[in-house]
Amino acid sequence: MATLGELERAVMDLLWNQIDSAGAEDAALTANTLRDRLARSSSADGKELAVTTVLTVLSRLEKKGLVQRERDIRPHRYRAVTSREEHTVELMHEVLGSAPDREAVLARFIGTVSEQEAETLRKILAAG
Amino acid sequence: MFWASYLLAALAVLLAWPVPVLLSKARWTARAPMAALILWQAIALAGGLSMIGAMLTWGLEPLGENLLAGLRGLAGLLVGRPAGPATDHGLDPVHVFALSAALLLTVHLVFTLLLTYLRIRRQRNRHRDLLNLLSSPSAHSPATLVISHPAPVAYCLPGGEGPVTVLSEGLLELLSPEELDAVLTHERAHLAQRHDLLLLAFAAWRTALPWLPTSQLAQRAVSELTEMLADDAALGSARRETLIRAIAVVASGGRDAGAAALPPAGPAAGLPGAAEAEAASTAHRLRRLLTPQPALAAGGQSLVVLGAALLLSVPTVLLIAPGLAG
Repeated sequence: MATLGELERAVMDLLWNQIDSAGAEDAALTANTLRDRLARSSSADGKELAVTTVLTVLSRLEKKGLVQRERDIRPHRYRAVTSREEHTVELMHEVLGSAPDREAVLARFIGTVSEQEAETLRKILAAG
Repeated sequence: MFWASYLLAALAVLLAWPVPVLLSKARWTARAPMAALILWQAIALAGGLSMIGAMLTWGLEPLGENLLAGLRGLAGLLVGRPAGPATDHGLDPVHVFALSAALLLTVHLVFTLLLTYLRIRRQRNRHRDLLNLLSSPSAHSPATLVISHPAPVAYCLPGGEGPVTVLSEGLLELLSPEELDAVLTHERAHLAQRHDLLLLAFAAWRTALPWLPTSQLAQRAVSELTEMLADDAALGSARRETLIRAIAVVASGGRDAGAAALPPAGPAAGLPGAAEAEAASTAHRLRRLLTPQPALAAGGQSLVVLGAALLLSVPTVLLIAPGLAG
């Protein structure tokens, strides 16, 4: 049985794939479509996935700001806010940026390097 | 207790400016990072204590002979009861101002710590949410996530659903198994030694006192010292050359691979202050690895820790001494 976290991930994967294959204009899917695709992609371990579960997952993702709901037609349709790549960039931006709180949030292996140190390190790599 | 408030004020000034400046320039800290970290904490704590204590003792002066009597007098005033022999002095506006300032500063420091904790926890949770969707667990090491990105990146994210170390695919491709081990040991030392708590406290200190340049100095120094401690942990199992090579690969690779998708990670020339200060920290750390210095002798380290303990006891004693003397 999949945990909520695993389902969130599976749903986001489907929504991101939809952006990649159908383009940002046509990236919204209904909960029913998502349920069917999840059932197809999962290794069919017998357990039928309920639409209400998918809706729960979607509302959690909406709260996290990852999914947008289109309410103008029923049933509501859901889309990923941005692509997988843009989220990765956002993540890397937090890691590599120099925001004052960054060091308290996460500790990077090596911080910003000045030109002088970069030169020293290049020499070490060239020598090794 | 008039004299106590002046001594506390003098101590507050010393700890707010010359002492942190001197310590941040000291060379021995790289040879005793743990002792230096303890000293930084003592300076910040004793500094805050003497700032608040100076205003409190000065403001309470008309109300009692010592801190306890003064506080009792204040409590009496606040609930509207005659406050013993001190009532005829009363509190003039200047003393009320000092007391209010002491109270405000205390509340400000406590609330800033709380808000900083909440802000950092929110950022971490948000980061972790994205990470859970974008990374996959490493097949080789526990509590390690691998994110699909060409730049060699390694970091650790404390808190939340359990601390994790994050590696990029670019890093896994570029590093040898030994170098990777050194990186992992370094990151895990941050998590095991709870460096995040220290960095949180000093981030709060900086946020609370942004007009005090030494609060940034302290945060920078503490961050640098935790890196040195993590390096030392890595050197416990890895060879020095291995760690240096790992740093070299990550530092230079991070600048070339995937540069298009990434914010500028260097060179530091012309970058805003934060990045420049970070580059200076990295330089200290590298110099320490490239030209190793012997650790400070045990005697010297004990002396530093003893100094830290003394530093903390001075404002404490000044606060209660008038009571003991009276």
